[in-house]
Amino acid sequence: MADPLLSVEGVSCGFGGLMAVNDASLSASARRITALIGPNGAGKTTLFSIISGFLKPSAGRVLYDGADVTGEPPHRLARRGIARTFQIVQPFAGLSVRDNVLVGAHLRHRQRAAAESAAEAVGREIGLGNLLDRPANALTVAARKRLELARALATEPKLLLLDEVLAGLNPSEINDIVPVIRALSARGIAIVMIEHVMQAVMSLAEHVFVLAEGRVIAEGSPARVTADARVIEAYLGHGAAAKLGGANAL
Amino acid sequence: MRGLLPIAVVVAGLAAVPLATQSNVVLNFLVVALMIALAGQGWNILGGYGGQYSFGHAAFFGTGAYTTAILQVHCDVNAWLGFLAGIAAGAAAGAVIGGLAFRAGLRSSYFALVTLAFAEVLRIFASVASITGAGVGLLIKLDLHPQAFQFRSRAIFYLVILALVAASLIIAHALERSRFGAWLVAVRENEDAARALGVDATAVKVVAMVISAAITAAAGCFYVQYFLFVDAPIAYGTWISIEALLTPIIGGAGTVFGALIGALVVKSIGEGAKFVTGDIPGLDLMTFGAVLVLVIGFAPRGLVGTFVDAREALARRVVSMRKSVRGATRG
Repeated sequence: MADPLLSVEGVSCGFGGLMAVNDASLSASARRITALIGPNGAGKTTLFSIISGFLKPSAGRVLYDGADVTGEPPHRLARRGIARTFQIVQPFAGLSVRDNVLVGAHLRHRQRAAAESAAEAVGREIGLGNLLDRPANALTVAARKRLELARALATEPKLLLLDEVLAGLNPSEINDIVPVIRALSARGIAIVMIEHVMQAVMSLAEHVFVLAEGRVIAEGSPARVTADARVIEAYLGHGAAAKLGGANAL
Repeated sequence: MRGLLPIAVVVAGLAAVPLATQSNVVLNFLVVALMIALAGQGWNILGGYGGQYSFGHAAFFGTGAYTTAILQVHCDVNAWLGFLAGIAAGAAAGAVIGGLAFRAGLRSSYFALVTLAFAEVLRIFASVASITGAGVGLLIKLDLHPQAFQFRSRAIFYLVILALVAASLIIAHALERSRFGAWLVAVRENEDAARALGVDATAVKVVAMVISAAITAAAGCFYVQYFLFVDAPIAYGTWISIEALLTPIIGGAGTVFGALIGALVVKSIGEGAKFVTGDIPGLDLMTFGAVLVLVIGFAPRGLVGTFVDAREALARRVVSMRKSVRGATRG
């Protein structure tokens, strides 16, 4: 494995008395899809917020592209090539799809004309071609998820953090978007995805980190991680691995 | 060039008014309305496009007005230079207030209250300091020469304020077509999403405040040259803060023509109310309040926004009617 593009080392972040993320480490490399899974409240989104600069960790550091970027503000990290989507979609509701994506495209293109054509190209690539002139608040859930993806992609990132882009989609919509994500990875982008849709994680991710109560409790290939007794217990409760029998437990 | 044509048509139409009438009543009404439109356009840059609702644009109007007046009265500076200095001083005030408020992370009502507080502090300061003429105010010497920025004819004053308004319309138009404008609107719509896309939200808001303050300060500078008098309640009074935000909201916040249309409508209603009821003090303000309630209740996107919506709805209706007609003839 080549040097990782992103490595998070022993990061912690608490809110009041609660340690949302506790000494967590993970890494991601170009051309690879890395998944971050874990039960609700495990600290996955908090970890994303730390990597993308929205939260400052109380301990640990974030290394990206050979530099220590811990605590840098989000806009500067975006310029370095880190883009994120939001779990709860955050469209510019009053603007058209085209103008939403345009804001992202302007990061690399100062001139309006260049940014407009870049935004349109990204919109088509993500499958929003015939919705470009719709207002963002008139989109379906699936289209809003695509808009989040298109906007992030328009910043031409090297590292893409996807926070549950498949949540709320039906199986056929998931089947539509999975190849799009795979194509982005093949293009050389390092992708880290938070995902609950295990079928998609199994088919997309090469490496999985499992977070529970703020700590990374397991990592490895999807098959190995889902067979891990600690992971099963984190999801289903203490003793569950034993009850499921020898087939899954180590 | 797209979008400049409507500006050219509107400005040319307004420029033709002195050819039709030399009536002092009409011209005086238009001069004051355009001055408010200019102040409102300043507010519109920050509030309309940037979504940061200032309740204290008097701080910039007054700083522009006092700078122009003080330089002429105390320092014997040429009026035109004083005018430019007033705009620069307004912009500087915008940088200071915006820098403090936005770096502190103040949003929505907290930002509005802080701007109001700054304007009030300046008003109280100006009403006691000797350099501002304290309670007496400052009178500028009458000197009806173009080099003193004073004109015998009201029509010239009218063309000057019209030129300033035209410049402010072009600034808004350029903003809409620029990267900075796209970032500013993104900050208005969703600040966190904008930051994730590489927008330095604080810097964008401070720059917008500087542009906004400079435009509103220009209106203050013009006020001084037109009335040749300024005191604290005029320069830093809440009246101008209210009119500067009322006109673009009624006309259509975040649109090129919103402030101009709003100012003409609001001033017409105010004058109409005075004409009907005589000079009852405060009646114009009560009328503004009523108009604001009606606009927010029934046309929350202002007159321009409502017009655009109506046109789109009509276009959709025509399309669907054509479809049903075609269906009927086929069936």
